Amino acid sequence: MGEVIVVTSGKGGVGKTTTTANVGTGLAKLDKKVVLIDTDIGLRNLDVVMGLENRIVYNLVDVIEGNCKIKQALIKDKRYPTLYLLPSAQTRDKSAVKPEEMKQLCEQLKPEFDYIIIDCPAGIEQGFENAVAGADRALVVTTPEVSAVRDADRIIGLLEAHEMKKTDLIVNRLRMDMVKTGDMMSSEDVVEILAINLIGIVPDDEGIIVATNNGEPLVGNDTKAGQAYMNICKRIIGEEVPFLDLNAKKGFFSRLFGRK
Amino acid sequence: MAFWDNFFKKKSDSASNAVNRIKFVLQSDRSGLPPETLEKIKNDIISVLSKYVDIDTKELDFNITKAPSEGGELTPALCANIPIKGVKRASNNDKVSKE
Repeated sequence: MGEVIVVTSGKGGVGKTTTTANVGTGLAKLDKKVVLIDTDIGLRNLDVVMGLENRIVYNLVDVIEGNCKIKQALIKDKRYPTLYLLPSAQTRDKSAVKPEEMKQLCEQLKPEFDYIIIDCPAGIEQGFENAVAGADRALVVTTPEVSAVRDADRIIGLLEAHEMKKTDLIVNRLRMDMVKTGDMMSSEDVVEILAINLIGIVPDDEGIIVATNNGEPLVGNDTKAGQAYMNICKRIIGEEVPFLDLNAKKGFFSRLFGRK
Repeated sequence: MAFWDNFFKKKSDSASNAVNRIKFVLQSDRSGLPPETLEKIKNDIISVLSKYVDIDTKELDFNITKAPSEGGELTPALCANIPIKGVKRASNNDKVSKE
């Protein structure tokens, strides 16, 4: 039976969709059978981040309303034989889907896939309720900023209220140069504040923008972010992977006179 | 140049400022008690206490924090530190108690 993972954050723009795309693609690279579900109805984006926007025929709302079979709506990613996307509907709103219907959909997909990854919309309203309804575990994405951390805390509280079995934290867009000069909260700061298990630290990386431009998730390539996402995937499947040394690119002098 | 900048620049502390601010905000967020309500409670308590004692309102500390309950779990607690400048005169107190 597959595991349903919701990717959520509360605040918008912290990297939920990018995380969903990269974690999903990474798990497929690890030979897992994966389906990604975009539940942001009216503001669909996972399709463009994945580079699959030209292949949509049916969407999530079509499946829920019974206009098509689930299999007809799943877009097979030609680059990875075990990766599928269920896109959201662009011309409907959040009320088109109910939490109970999402739960049923997840149950139907579980026997077919190893991982069902749900991209949650920003906010704490019905879109959030829909996204978490069928989930077994959650990945909370935050950036090291006061606004994102505050919203993540609220989301963690709501996930507890939903009795989510497992909730892990991803600290996204960390800039070690700023952490070192004391102008950005460190991942340790964020973990201490939010008090949940850390499953990954993703450094701020221009490569993410390039990857999104091209519709090709960078997970697994030789960028820092690509490695960080692959490590998250390995931890999800239960491997113990040490956290990346994000300082590794330091120059000769700063290493020589290295400050903590 | 960047190297020397890095070497000599005074370490900024906006990150620790962020940590302190977010911790403070989360205390009230997690308690479910909005700052507006807390302010009203504070004002009510001040007005009650002011009947009996002179309060130093500038040094007043009034917060929601987490404190261990009997079961050892952390539960929200109202934490007030109210410096008293002086006790009002006995005649006043008598008057109050007669009211």
